[in-house]
Amino acid sequence: MPFEEKMTWVSVVVTVLVPVWYFLTVLGRLQSTTAAEIAWQRPMITAIVATVVLSIIGAIVMAIGTSVSAEIRGRKPADDIDRKDERDKTIGRRGDLIGYYVASAGMVGVLVLTMLEYEYFWIASALYLSFVVATVVSSVVKLVAYHRGF
Amino acid sequence: MGKPTRVTNCIRALRFAAGEMTQADLADKVGVTRQTIIAIEQGRYSPTLEMAFQIARVFRVPLDDVFDYPKEG
Repeated sequence: MPFEEKMTWVSVVVTVLVPVWYFLTVLGRLQSTTAAEIAWQRPMITAIVATVVLSIIGAIVMAIGTSVSAEIRGRKPADDIDRKDERDKTIGRRGDLIGYYVASAGMVGVLVLTMLEYEYFWIASALYLSFVVATVVSSVVKLVAYHRGF
Repeated sequence: MGKPTRVTNCIRALRFAAGEMTQADLADKVGVTRQTIIAIEQGRYSPTLEMAFQIARVFRVPLDDVFDYPKEG
């Protein structure tokens, strides 16, 4: 598995798990309070920071695992980790482009919520969800391209 | 997702003719990942013209001897 594909898997796992925690946390609070009074800021900041930190940790773990695996197979670790070739770049661009379209569609939804003067909680959550869905879709497109070809 | 490439190749045969060169060896010579060589051999990825020339140069054969693009119908 190319190192870039491993990194895409890290992105998928982190980008799914952290938002699930966030939405379970804040939507759970809706049962006892209104959207206007809900304290969503701290969980969202926590989720964003956790995404960054977990992605870095995932990258480090993947790099160590790849290095160990390369040593066992008698290859130079740098050959597997540093080598991002044209196929990786093409797949990356393809996934990012699709992700951009998804994020753009999500922004339109956020714009509509803003025009309708929804609570900040709903607008911020929709914005966050747009980024999350865009990132997941982008990663899935990349993984499919790695396996099925294009 | 687009269809896999119609470009065919005989890299596998050329590798064996070149002293049973491994996919990893070819990947090292071209400067790509082994998975990219596998994807090209299996027709799941069409390399750029530059990479195609690099692969042909490794085997010291013309581009046409490595890649083919069959006519439709």
